[in-house]
Amino acid sequence: MSDDLTQDPARRGPLHAEHLTLGAAMTPFAGWSMPLRYTSDLEEHRAVRTAAGLFDLSHMGEIRLTGPAAGAALDRALVGNLSALAVGRARYTMICAPDGGVLDDLVVYRPGADQYLVVANASNVDVVLAALRERCTGPGVEVTDESEATALVAVQGPAAVRVLEPLIADPDERAAVVGLRYYACTFASVGSGADAGGAVRAMVARTGYTGEDGFELYVTADDAPALWRVLLAAGATAGLVPAGLACRDSLRLEAGMPLYGNELDRTTTPYEAGLGRVVKLDKVDADGAPLEFVGRGPLAARAGSEPARVLVGLQGLSRRAARHGYPVVTPGGTVVGEVTSGAPSPTLGHPIAMAYVTPEVSAVGTDLAVDVRGRPEPVRVVDLPFYRRPASA
Amino acid sequence: MSAVPSDLQYTTEHEWVTSGEPVTIGITANAADALGDVVYLELPEVGSQVTAGAVCGEIESTKSVSEIFSPVTGTVVETNDEAVADPGLVNQDPYGRGWLLRVEVVAAGPLLSADEYAALTAS
Repeated sequence: MSDDLTQDPARRGPLHAEHLTLGAAMTPFAGWSMPLRYTSDLEEHRAVRTAAGLFDLSHMGEIRLTGPAAGAALDRALVGNLSALAVGRARYTMICAPDGGVLDDLVVYRPGADQYLVVANASNVDVVLAALRERCTGPGVEVTDESEATALVAVQGPAAVRVLEPLIADPDERAAVVGLRYYACTFASVGSGADAGGAVRAMVARTGYTGEDGFELYVTADDAPALWRVLLAAGATAGLVPAGLACRDSLRLEAGMPLYGNELDRTTTPYEAGLGRVVKLDKVDADGAPLEFVGRGPLAARAGSEPARVLVGLQGLSRRAARHGYPVVTPGGTVVGEVTSGAPSPTLGHPIAMAYVTPEVSAVGTDLAVDVRGRPEPVRVVDLPFYRRPASA
Repeated sequence: MSAVPSDLQYTTEHEWVTSGEPVTIGITANAADALGDVVYLELPEVGSQVTAGAVCGEIESTKSVSEIFSPVTGTVVETNDEAVADPGLVNQDPYGRGWLLRVEVVAAGPLLSADEYAALTAS
């Protein structure tokens, strides 16, 4: 065994004590001490696929832009067309460097006409905040870092609606949450019926990172423990369990979702990651003129040409799983790429991986191999995602 | 933190080994907890030689993979087919039904007492 069993002290979120009470194994992640698992990675993974899981994502960064010019400022700062985002909707987008490399992938919510909430990965909050402060200047827009004061709790899984619905006392708010579309957000007071006075005000969004139906609830850090406990208690009968970062990673991998630092980084453009659709080259300003957003020139050049490498899904045909950083080779042994994420899939029962490979070996059905610690293991290029939830969910 | 059985010896790489002939080898509860749910074991062939301090197999969880370092030098006489078929045994019962292999020992490598191993993992 060569695992490093030590654990560093790190920043503690507002739910730290809850995790310790639940007996979580804590792990350092992006400078935070976060729950890796409570009982079993596999059980938590399966609970999210079949019932529901409760995640603490308070390490994520929340940056608010306010003011009448906020949308136009984000149009210049990000690759997406955020001024066109309807109030009450959310969008997956990216912030790029001037050379087109991805600084972070983001979810941006528009909770109000002059309000945007930018949610960044924990490891990139400082970079995103600095870039937004630099890019979103001028009258009519203010950038505020709310990461410290904000907690994020996610309820993910087919039972998510069943868990959340009874906790919203106001009938209009309840109907709005139950009827919430994917990538939309609303506000609601969430609490147990027996303790209506203690209800917590939350921005409730139908978003997630697991490939299942579910909600993400943004609340103040002070309100987070009460919300956490009420969700845990109310969800137990529906099969909800607390779920750690270990299963979050295996769930997002099955769902083919990129992880910054694995599939995305400063040297990667959205096009190579197969996410060119988030880049809105045809954005225009208020006068209808082409809008110069950060990274536009290099991204426009990339858009018209075949990338040198493309992100593909690989299905393992043997038992040993490909892992981050392992070389992808042809049956003849020529290196044609590198694995970005890989694991034995709990849902599918065989290894899965995402990898960057050269375009000529990227077609679905191509037989390749991954060098797994000195031994080639056969893999086949398959469509992403590996897992798609049943349509009824 | 789980108790460290006093009747076993340990490696700094978190394997345990019994006394007697042949010896039985497994990984510690501490190591199993760190790995998470074990989903795949790769163990050496019966009859093959293992060398103290050298890699003799792999243990894979959803989250990560670790190599198994042999605590002793000798010949593999048995591997745990039950654990290969049901790797979760390594998590459920790491010192019992989750054992990994049995070896006829030629020479033991540097090993730790239970107290020494407990001290190593307490830090």
